[in-house]
Amino acid sequence: MKLAPLGDSAVIVTLGETPDAATVAAGCALAAALEAKPLPGLIECAQANASITVFYDPVRIPKRGGTSPFQRVCRWIEDRAPSAGQVAPISGRQMTLPVCYGGEFGLDLEMVGSVHGLTVDEVIALHSGFEYFVSAIGFIPGFPYLRGLPERLHTPRRPTPRTRVPAGSVAIGGAQTGIYPFETPGGWNLIGCTPWRLFNTYSQAPSLLQVGDRVRFRPITSDEYGASRSS
Amino acid sequence: MSRIHVLKPGQMTTVQDLGRPGWQRYGVTPGGAVDACALRLANLLTGNSENAAALEITAAGPTLRFAEETLVAVAGAEFEASVDGIRLPAWRPVRLGAGAELTIGTARTGLRCYLAVAGGLAVPRVLGGRGTHLAAGFGGFDGRALRNGDVLKIGPPTAWAKRFTPTLVGAESMVAARWEVGAAVRPKYTTAPVVRVMRGPQWEAFDAVVHARFLAERFVVDARSDRMGLRLSADGGGLLKQPIGEIVSEGVVTGAVQVPPDGQPIVLLADRQTVGGYPKIAIVASVDLPLLAQLRSGDSVTFSEIPIVDAQELWMANERLLATVRQGIALHAV
Repeated sequence: MKLAPLGDSAVIVTLGETPDAATVAAGCALAAALEAKPLPGLIECAQANASITVFYDPVRIPKRGGTSPFQRVCRWIEDRAPSAGQVAPISGRQMTLPVCYGGEFGLDLEMVGSVHGLTVDEVIALHSGFEYFVSAIGFIPGFPYLRGLPERLHTPRRPTPRTRVPAGSVAIGGAQTGIYPFETPGGWNLIGCTPWRLFNTYSQAPSLLQVGDRVRFRPITSDEYGASRSS
Repeated sequence: MSRIHVLKPGQMTTVQDLGRPGWQRYGVTPGGAVDACALRLANLLTGNSENAAALEITAAGPTLRFAEETLVAVAGAEFEASVDGIRLPAWRPVRLGAGAELTIGTARTGLRCYLAVAGGLAVPRVLGGRGTHLAAGFGGFDGRALRNGDVLKIGPPTAWAKRFTPTLVGAESMVAARWEVGAAVRPKYTTAPVVRVMRGPQWEAFDAVVHARFLAERFVVDARSDRMGLRLSADGGGLLKQPIGEIVSEGVVTGAVQVPPDGQPIVLLADRQTVGGYPKIAIVASVDLPLLAQLRSGDSVTFSEIPIVDAQELWMANERLLATVRQGIALHAV
């Protein structure tokens, strides 16, 4: 566990080199332990990939002679951190998301195939043939960072990001795959689109996917996509 | 419930408060006012809680008609502002008569000002906040910037506002208080601020040449800047001779200075992403964020390093100052 300041109101706690399942579980366990008995002045703990970020208000952190709010927050995090043996593996849910691959739904599918010498059908079979692990939700509301992309599909981000990526786009960025919940600018390669809504502000847990979930993709036709959208 | 009719929306006018903390694990940025200090002062001047929803006005302001008598205050960058042709002073409470038409023109200096109304703007709370999340289209007024014909509702004014408003005596459509928030309390806006920063978590990934250039050079604000970030270009060209690799995407904060492969820094503002993969060379001291909020295309900024302990002391001193303002305003209607 490595603590570093992120300015005057946050601390970033790094729990490992890569966002593997054990590191993600350790981050979630630490965030939960900190929020279970929060220090006055704690704002929130946000897990993402291999680290968690602890946001605090320096004014409200209890004073203790001669130390800065930053030092007191670090001491508190260290004291509350569960030891490695206490961290249970994450029990995520298993989710299967329908995806309409290629064509207007995935403008870069053919390009991704040609980069790797694969046909479009081979890319679809590979992408939908593996199980992925949600290591972070972030960037924009509900966007899942999915680990477990087969190496044959690792594809560099586009040199110039698109100014408009349609909502629901399933995309590949480097060694990761992810889903854009909203129409935004974006630099990942678009291979398909899911009709499912990934973020709903009226829901208790507004993000459809949660860190630790295991995700599979199921290819669907454009007709199924249309039917699912309208239902 | 009193109402405001939007006759002209302005360049980009959004409902904002102090943000919606607590949802970053789901990718939801806290957002809120880019110049939180100006929003807080505008709210205090109308008797509101500092976190009440108000209008964030950008570059060129709206024209608004107030259906009923309303206590308002404007704070932040200096805009042309008038009611029925008479100049509206900023940084003080102003009573508008029923039917008054407030026109906020263009910014003379700076970029953003805040219009608070006693009682706050009555928009629904979404995920704990009333601010507009433009990228995801929720919060604020319908999740978007104001348009012609929109009608905003105003919440019930506080007891302070009810006592204070009648003390602004006069038959005119606008009566301003004789006192204001003093210049000593307002952020020291300038078109070329020196902004204090702390070393970021990837400071060591940059070499000594980059460190020296970052802390010496002038950075010019690019026109592509927005509520998400301030895009800068270094006087001496991009900071990097060769790109630094991306890191595993991790949490970011408002004020983080990212250096993407082209070497032109981006300072993250209120509508920032929640995680990012670009290395962060520095983080801006919270107390200086309002100075960045007011920079427009062509303005410039230089960075100067301070230790965290100093940044926290500055922030705490600023909060003590605001506490005295809060007490001072309370005493105007006892």
